[in-house]
Amino acid sequence: MPVSNYLDAINAAMFEEMKRDDNVFVLGEDVGVKGGVFGATKGLYPAFGEERVIDTPLSESAIAGVAIGAAMYGMKPIAEMQYSDFMLPAVNQIISEAAKIRYRSNNDWNCPLVIRAPIGGGIHGGLYHSQCPESIFFGTPGLKIVAPSTPYDAKGLLKAAIRDEDPVLFFEHKKCYRMISGEVPEEDYIVPIGVADVKREGTDITVITYGLTVHFALKAADDLAKEGISAHILDLRSLQPLDTDAILAAARKTGKVLVLHEDNKTGGIGAEVAAIIAEQMLYELDAPIMRLASEDVPAMPISPPLEKQFMLNPEKVKDAMRKLALY
Amino acid sequence: MAANELVSQDALHRQLGLSDERLLDMYFMMVLARKYDERALLLQRAGKINFHVSGIGQEAAQVAAAFALQKNKDYFLPYYRDYGFVLAVGMTMRELMLSLFAKAGDPNSGGRQMPGHFGDKKNNIVTGSSPVTTQVPHAVGLALAAKIKKQSFVSFVTFGEGSSNQGDFHEGCNFAGVHKLPVIFMCENNQYAISVPIAKQIGEARIADRALGYGFPGHRIDGNDVFEVYRTVKEARERALRGEGPTLIEAMVYRLSPHSTSDDDLAYRTKEEVQHHWKLDGINRLREYLLQHSLLNDELEAEGLKKIQLVIDEATDFAEKAPYPRPEDAFTHVYGDEQEGSTNAGQ
Repeated sequence: MPVSNYLDAINAAMFEEMKRDDNVFVLGEDVGVKGGVFGATKGLYPAFGEERVIDTPLSESAIAGVAIGAAMYGMKPIAEMQYSDFMLPAVNQIISEAAKIRYRSNNDWNCPLVIRAPIGGGIHGGLYHSQCPESIFFGTPGLKIVAPSTPYDAKGLLKAAIRDEDPVLFFEHKKCYRMISGEVPEEDYIVPIGVADVKREGTDITVITYGLTVHFALKAADDLAKEGISAHILDLRSLQPLDTDAILAAARKTGKVLVLHEDNKTGGIGAEVAAIIAEQMLYELDAPIMRLASEDVPAMPISPPLEKQFMLNPEKVKDAMRKLALY
Repeated sequence: MAANELVSQDALHRQLGLSDERLLDMYFMMVLARKYDERALLLQRAGKINFHVSGIGQEAAQVAAAFALQKNKDYFLPYYRDYGFVLAVGMTMRELMLSLFAKAGDPNSGGRQMPGHFGDKKNNIVTGSSPVTTQVPHAVGLALAAKIKKQSFVSFVTFGEGSSNQGDFHEGCNFAGVHKLPVIFMCENNQYAISVPIAKQIGEARIADRALGYGFPGHRIDGNDVFEVYRTVKEARERALRGEGPTLIEAMVYRLSPHSTSDDDLAYRTKEEVQHHWKLDGINRLREYLLQHSLLNDELEAEGLKKIQLVIDEATDFAEKAPYPRPEDAFTHVYGDEQEGSTNAGQ
């Protein structure tokens, strides 16, 4: 099977879907001639032309709002937010509009929109090129939210998002773009939204995570295997809807759960995952649910020692996993 | 233009391509919207409905604009005072009343949204919300779809002058200007954002002039002059279809009613000011014109008013008796792929 990096998988998903369906188009800042600041839309402009690969003004609310209007007509827009840190001007359009269009019109109108936004730190981006905004949108009914960790999932989930009849926020971790490679089939496939994936089978502890931290957990699990600790790793892949069955099954597998993510700890996805487990199987647990997430400071600083201190890494994850295993 | 000037001309409406019959239709459509509005206020005061937001004083501009557009072809993004507009593009009195009573059969939202929050796909009326101006970028998106798919329609969006200060107005206009999209922006400048008068909303008092900065024409017109509104919207539509881009229209009107049934407007403006504007009302102006041109007489008017009364009575009765949504319907249509009866949608 061909090997691709995470960024190329995202690019391929868009290319193939644009070829498959004339209604699919891309809009965003620098997505056209330049092919995106990270290169995610490279090659689309020469292949599909400026009417379907639209360089927009610096105008995030319009990028979302115009995409919503086109989606209501029946188009399938993919709107790129250059960094998720910059998508806050579009929050009104996303939460008041896209998320509520089907519900408020009693199913008369719908909004098949994808908003792609790079999340996360570790690239020396400072406060405003490093944030994880999942918790801003999480808990907004009407939105779907995905955050893949591997090239296979990124391509399959992006295709599923484009084909979905409702708005999907596609959070791609920018640190994964070139760092993570993996097998990606040439033939068409999708990864269904709302389905988590066991990335590693294990028997002693369960780690529930998504995005970049999946890789930290996998690395830590390899190291811990040498210490005789067997870790079971569930990649949520979809944040909304959460795959409740998979969360409970993974928790049951070991009875010891670490919930791990790069977004802030307070009010993060992990809080909801922990609550689901506590509500439904508290007495089956062998240890209190543990959470490891970013500190509750406004965002990541740029100075290397500060960034390093803020960011999670395989060592920090390993320490938490070992602590849980020894509980 | 005073009505007596018009007598001497070849009838202005015919010059604009409006037949006598169509002009009369236009008039009675405005009256229908006015009478709906008055009935809605009565129903609220009688405790039959909870809330009404009024469009009185703006019907002439709304209906004249609608008559210059193409039903079932163009896309419409009206704002919450546009009863005259939605009636003129195909929404029925029964449907408006179903919305007012928040009944299951309301095509706008199935009783989910406040009245005045329009949306009706069969009439190309795009669903709207309460945060103002969010519909402006949507209209631009529909116009972008027209361009990409090479379809010959325009999108038409309205908003108040208060809305013109939101970022979405600027972002939407700018985007449309860059791509020369077939969209018509019509500001119904009713001179108040609830209680805040125009002088406290806008430093430079003309919204229309903002179009200059976006690279397309802006026209300030008398919104009480149905002919001027009709002509301006029609020309904007033709211009859009020729691929020449957007037009911003600022229709000067006056909100004759309080903001809503929850507002006491005499707390911030005088009775004299309101009375002055009643004299300028566009519906009366058209009525004068019709009388001068012998297109309307006592008999025709009485007949028309009676018909309107019957339509409104029948619709009120129909909507009052219509069923509410089932309680469990509060949990449906969050997603398209949800399971029947699921309350935690998607899970």
